[in-house]
Parts: sequence; structure tokens; C-alpha cells
Amino acid sequence: MPQLTRRRALGATATVVTGLVLTGFARTAGASSEPRTADPKHNAEHKGHAGHAGHEGPQPFSETYRGRRIEGAPSHGDGHHGGYAVQIDGEELHVMQNADSTWVSVINHYETFATPRAVARAAVIELQGSELVPLT
Amino acid sequence: MYTRKNQRDLTRTEKRRLVDAILKLKRSGRYDEFVVMHREYYVMDTENRPRPAHMTSSFFPWHRRYLLEFERALQAVDPGVSVPYWDWTKDRSTTSSLWAEDFLGGNGRAGDRRVTTGPFAYATGNWSVGRGVTDQNWLTRNFGRPGNNPVSLPTADDVARALKDPVYDTEPWNSISTEGFRNRIEGWGIHRVRTVGNHNRVHQWVGGPMAGAASPEDPVFWLHHSFIDLLWDRWRKAHPKAAYLPGRKPASPGRDRAYVFGLDDPMPPWNVTPRKLLDHSKIYRYA
Ligand SMILES: [Cu+2]
Ligand SMILES: [Cu+2]
Repeated sequence: MPQLTRRRALGATATVVTGLVLTGFARTAGASSEPRTADPKHNAEHKGHAGHAGHEGPQPFSETYRGRRIEGAPSHGDGHHGGYAVQIDGEELHVMQNADSTWVSVINHYETFATPRAVARAAVIELQGSELVPLT
Repeated sequence: MYTRKNQRDLTRTEKRRLVDAILKLKRSGRYDEFVVMHREYYVMDTENRPRPAHMTSSFFPWHRRYLLEFERALQAVDPGVSVPYWDWTKDRSTTSSLWAEDFLGGNGRAGDRRVTTGPFAYATGNWSVGRGVTDQNWLTRNFGRPGNNPVSLPTADDVARALKDPVYDTEPWNSISTEGFRNRIEGWGIHRVRTVGNHNRVHQWVGGPMAGAASPEDPVFWLHHSFIDLLWDRWRKAHPKAAYLPGRKPASPGRDRAYVFGLDDPMPPWNVTPRKLLDHSKIYRYA
């Protein structure tokens, strides 16, 4: 597990400006399988950056999937939505990012997806044609 | 002191009283307050706000308290009822008595997945859902999610493996803790490590609102979590010397301070500590 995440982190560092974010994930993830004496301070510092997915940026997307318009783009809101906003037919789908950088939504809450686009598509399937209501 | 029974052992009268109490809570508006609370405690790893309920060590004590609140609300309507549990390692059939007409009703129908049988079917006029998420007001279910990407219920072996882990939880105390009883039961899939398991997988298997953040829209939520609560008991019995972990919040000002609730850290919204919830033997027992 640490090997895998580190490899992913290295790859990301080479291609994206956000090596820090993913390195943070890798250290965090690594700690869980290392002896339980790992220094929590060290992890915490790095986790502090993990929420700002906007820096890391999955690419924007816009497509029609099974008859619904799905769109996603980095957002610079309060970080509440993981720094990335997804809409289905113009209504926001609440999405967020996990510590392993996978994504979930309010519709598919108990499983994770590799990208915001995959989350949006899964929600379209689950919604069966019904509309999202605005978040209050 | 009262008993939480296996749902398969409920008498016809016990089922009727439980259903009636749930419907009364729904009518009064109290039920939907529980749904909203669960949705509001949907907080992810990457958010910087208190996260006592999911993807964290206090998953078990938070839901224990949440169930207790619900049970108290039920008992205010009918003091004789309690929250039974659904042992999904044994009652695995889509035609189990759990899903019968006189209890929770069955699977959603083909096409729109609408539940059309039992007391929670939309046509009864007694049960409408919104999930606070979609504009669709009938309860839906989609057992096993047939088609692409189907899901099966976790097995007794899956649960046994989790119960064997001698450590309650491990760093980083979130959805990517690869070891520890807590996340083995909570069941987060971890990228390139393991797929969705136990607790999370049951939510997926039922489908409909159960698969989303407003999962208590489906009354089976309570029976599922009653069993999860029982599994915590079983783990504690299997490892009597093992402690709730972590003992305390990290000293550093990092993100984990928002989601790590140590043994004596009060959890919102009730400000009750995990320690206060370790032992329920004076309140209820499992049969
Ligand atoms: Cu929950
Ligand atoms: Cu749950």
C-alpha cells in the first residue's frame, strides 16, 4: 500500500504542480500500515492541505450522459465541496473527496469513485430520471 | 432495561407496534428530523469541520447514540418497542420475512424501483421521502443493484475477519485506515487496497435512499445499524483488553483535530463522549 501510493504521488509530482497535496496523502496513507508509533504531528501538517482539491484539479468536464447534462469544474468556494463542483442538469450534486483522493456524492454515499465524472455518471444512473433539489 | 431482538424473532404484534410507532414519528415530523441530522453529519475526509459520524473512529459511538435517540423517540410513542437488528449475514434473501408485507415491504419494482408493498409504500399515503436530495417522493430500493456493477451482501466470513482484528482503529483514523476493526466494519473501499465492505456494502445492496447520505429515509437503516452496534459489542467481548482508540485528540492543529474524537472528547450534536457510550448494559441488551 505505501509503495503504491508513493508511486502515484511521484507520478503526480512530475506532471502536476500539486505534488505537496498527493505527498500529503501518501504520508497519511503510509502511516496507517506502518507501526502505530508514527508521528501524528507529521501527518497532520500535511493533511492540512489535503482538502483543497482545486489546486490538484481533476479536469473540467461537460457531457450528456444517458440524456442528462453533467458538468464538473474546479471551484474556489469554501472548500466545503472539495474545491470541485459538479452539476446535473444545472443543479448541484454535492461531491467530496476522500483521503485517498477518490470521490463520493450525496447520492452514492457509501462507495468511492476515481473521478468527479465517474461520481456524476453513477448519480445519473441512481437518479433514474429524477431531479436534484437545491441544497439548503 | 429493555431488549433489542433479532428482527426474524419478532412476533406479528411486535412488528405491528414498531411499524405503527415509526409511522407516528413520521406523521409528527420527528422522523424527518433524524433524516436531516444524518445528512448534515455527512462530512468527508477533506472537509475542515467536525466529523464524528463517518470515516472516523467515533463511527460506532456516534451511531450508538443516534440510535438511542431514535429509540427514545419511538418509546415516547409506544414504550414497548425497541430497535430490532437485521443480521444480514443470515437473513440474506430478498424474500426474507424482513421484507414482507407486514414489516418493511419488499424490493422496488422493475423500472422505477418504487417500493409498492408494505407500510412504507408511497401509495399508502403514510411514507414520502425527499432525501433532501431529489424531487422523487416515493421510497425506492434496488436489492443487489442488478445489471452492471452488482453488489452482494457481506458474508459471515467478512464479519469474522473484521472481528478478529485486535485493534479498534488505526491512523490516520479516517476512510483509509487499512487496519483496525472500525474501518473493516465501516467498510470504506480504499483505492488499490480493498473494495467496499460490511457496513457500507449493505447500504449499497439495499439501494435507493439507503445508498445515499439521507439513508434513514428507509426504516431498514435502523435495523442495519442495530446490527452494526451489536457487532461492536461482539468485538469488545472478543478483545476485552483492547481500548477505544485514539485515546485523545492529536495535539497538533492539523485537520485531524476536526475528526478525531478521543475517548473523552464530546461529540456533536449531543456533546457526549465515546467513553459514555462504551457500555449500554444498563439501558438495553441484545437477544
Ligand atoms: Cu451514518
Ligand atoms: Cu450506515
